[in-house]
Amino acid sequence: MLRLERRPSPSKAWNYATPVVAVLLTMIAGGILFTILGKNPFEAIKLIFWDPLFSEQFAAYSRPQLLVKAGPLILIAVGLSIGFRAGIWNIGAEGQYIVGALCAAAVALAFYPAESVLVFPLMIVAGALGGWAWAMIPAILRTRFNTNEILVSLLLVYVAEKLLAAAATGFMRNPQGAGFPGSRNINQYASAANHEIFAGTGLHWGGVAAFVAVLFTYIMLQRHILGFQVQLAGQAPRAARFAGVAPARLVLMCMGISGAFAGMAGMFEVAGPARLISIDFNAGYGFTAIIVAFLGRLNPIGIVLAGLLLALTYIGGELAQFMLNLPAAAIQVFQGMLLFFLLALDVLSNYRVRLFLPQRATTETV
Amino acid sequence: MTPPLLSIQGLTKVYPGVVANKDVTFDIGEGEVHALLGENGAGKSTLVKAIYGLIRPNEGTMLWRGQPYAPNAPAQARATGVAMVFQHFSLFDAMDVAENVALGMDNPPPIRELAARITEVSNNYGLPLDPSRMVGDLSAGERQRVEIIRCLLQNPQLLIMDEPTSVLTPQEVEILFRTLRQLRAEGRSILYISHKLEEIRSLCENATVLRLGKVVGRADPRQESARSLAEMMVGQTLHTPSRPAAQPGKMLLQVTDLSVASPSAFGTSLKSVSLAVRAGEILGIGGVAGNGQDELLGALSGEIRANAEAVRMAGEPVGQFGPNARRAMGLLCAPEERLGHAAAPDMSLTENALLTGAWREKLVTRGFVNWGKARGFAEKVIERFDVRTPGPWVAARALSGGNLQKFVIGREILQRPSVLVVNQPTWGVDASAAASIRQALLDLAQAGAAVVVISQDLDEILEVADNFAALNGGKLSAPRPVQGLTMDQIGLMLGGAETGETDVAA
Repeated sequence: MLRLERRPSPSKAWNYATPVVAVLLTMIAGGILFTILGKNPFEAIKLIFWDPLFSEQFAAYSRPQLLVKAGPLILIAVGLSIGFRAGIWNIGAEGQYIVGALCAAAVALAFYPAESVLVFPLMIVAGALGGWAWAMIPAILRTRFNTNEILVSLLLVYVAEKLLAAAATGFMRNPQGAGFPGSRNINQYASAANHEIFAGTGLHWGGVAAFVAVLFTYIMLQRHILGFQVQLAGQAPRAARFAGVAPARLVLMCMGISGAFAGMAGMFEVAGPARLISIDFNAGYGFTAIIVAFLGRLNPIGIVLAGLLLALTYIGGELAQFMLNLPAAAIQVFQGMLLFFLLALDVLSNYRVRLFLPQRATTETV
Repeated sequence: MTPPLLSIQGLTKVYPGVVANKDVTFDIGEGEVHALLGENGAGKSTLVKAIYGLIRPNEGTMLWRGQPYAPNAPAQARATGVAMVFQHFSLFDAMDVAENVALGMDNPPPIRELAARITEVSNNYGLPLDPSRMVGDLSAGERQRVEIIRCLLQNPQLLIMDEPTSVLTPQEVEILFRTLRQLRAEGRSILYISHKLEEIRSLCENATVLRLGKVVGRADPRQESARSLAEMMVGQTLHTPSRPAAQPGKMLLQVTDLSVASPSAFGTSLKSVSLAVRAGEILGIGGVAGNGQDELLGALSGEIRANAEAVRMAGEPVGQFGPNARRAMGLLCAPEERLGHAAAPDMSLTENALLTGAWREKLVTRGFVNWGKARGFAEKVIERFDVRTPGPWVAARALSGGNLQKFVIGREILQRPSVLVVNQPTWGVDASAAASIRQALLDLAQAGAAVVVISQDLDEILEVADNFAALNGGKLSAPRPVQGLTMDQIGLMLGGAETGETDVAA
């Protein structure tokens, strides 16, 4: 028989080990899934985790993609992690990402075709403000009317998607686009384009922003009193109030930071890899970032590693779709399993698993 | 000779790293009220859990009227004739009395029949209780009656009571004792756990004293003094807190006509509370739990805002300020709930030192935390208040209740408060730690601070306080000097009889 015994202090070792074990379990369960789908599991796993980086055939294209995909994931996840530590659940980063991209694109299109060094910084500000404003809706509804920010932020994703569709087919449509949906190609507008900084690396300004965000968050959580208050509010809300933390202000701050980061990620994406506002502009980064945040233990350094790993599953997943005809949903299931195993294994940080034999319990003394 | 009702022989229970009970042996006779005495952590709870079938001992045997008795589950213990009233009630606020009783029974009869039996039993034993009332509306004493009646409906031979009087007013204690004596007269036995020695002396004819899991003494409490029993419990000579009489100084804390709503649904709102404490003075506030203690502490700490004039510190209005602004002015608080309110359970002691010490101890400069300094402050609290822990990196939840309480009280006292408000400063703390905490409060007042002690332990208030006021239903009685106050008067004040009479202190 198995029994769970509460540990006196949470285990540090398991805290670091669970993400690794979760990845391994996901590979095993994923392998079983691929076998059921009639594919060779070893080939599929190798295609997802190994080939994008090291195969001669694919690496030249895939390797730069790693930073392209990891950049927005890390930037969004690191913003979400602050709120998650405080028990403030912004599930709608996807929507904030879309609105950020729309606002940034609006700035770019307003200036087009004038060339100026001010356009790009203005787009960053517009993207951050757009994401921030979209996140303020659930934040203010929560502080004023005590609504549930999980539901409101999530449902606003679908509102944002409708807005995106309206923009791509209506008010942002390229006037010279022969009636096809989609805006002008912002990537070809020199003042607004978010190009690779070093050719062949995949690193664009979004990656730089993600790095700065990680640094900012790390310092805030480790050294600043705000970081302490965030963690206190998440772990012991009553003690936080006793320590003078105003819950409403914390909600506004955490939702604001995560919204602004997500909006900025949307800006770098629309001006870079996505090139333009289209109906299917959003690729689920805002949702995958939730997995990244938890897989990285809500720790900025961990989030960098988790972001790279999840980016790999995106790229490897595409490769597996293309090479093995795996359905696209199989990769989403794969990512979902990762979060599932991680959360399930978390119990080991706080509890010890003990074996016991019920019959002999009365005579044992140790 | 007939065998005793329950004979416990060589009972041992070992938890990983801790021996909770070691070779415990004693008998409970038929119709006997037997006291189980001991400090927190002496192993009383483990022992009664074994008797009630909640845990199984590693070694030893129990005999019930001479027959082997080894319950696997509480249901088996109940079937044998053992019933238990727990210290913390397991009742649902949103259900009525009869429904709550039914939930605790193995084979509940139909509700209407049950309600009739509840009324019958409550009349027979002098415990008035209406089976159709909502538990959320009942006082602590009435909730306890629900638990007792639930037990009595099973017609038990042995009733175990764990700290039954900790939530009762003196008058309610009298009613309870009358019931318990009636049960004894019917030939039932009672195992009575308490650390209130006067009660044990008036109720019990036998006592078994536990210390560190072992039986260290047996006594007839009627032949002993409260002091000799306490020393048996602690194993050393007790130091009684004391201080020289001080002249009250200037007015430091003034609360005038303070009314605030409780933030929680089943809480008690404060209704026009007024009090005043001078430098060097200790005001004791008594009252049964749930009469507005948490709300009063919250309104004084700044967690609940009031209008500016309702709370004044040394004449300055502070009612509109939050906790940190009040801390900056020297008004510090220590709430009752240690884990989750006074301290964050999963955070280290260093982080918990920062929790309230950040501003007064200057642990933060320009928003950045000086962790070295915070650790230094935590170490100072640990050292000066004799907190038993390997070091400041340990999580708060790993400390025993008494040690964490010493840390919490020490953290506030070392910040040199000019006004300190504490709620239940020694709740669940062993006798020697309680004595040192009370001494620290007395020393603080002696040094010129104004102290408010909110407590349900009347003995504690009488020991430290200069003035006494009672909190009842969110109203505070007029404070009276402790000297010359009789238990009867206190009981009337706790019951709300003198609320709103002549205002002595204002």
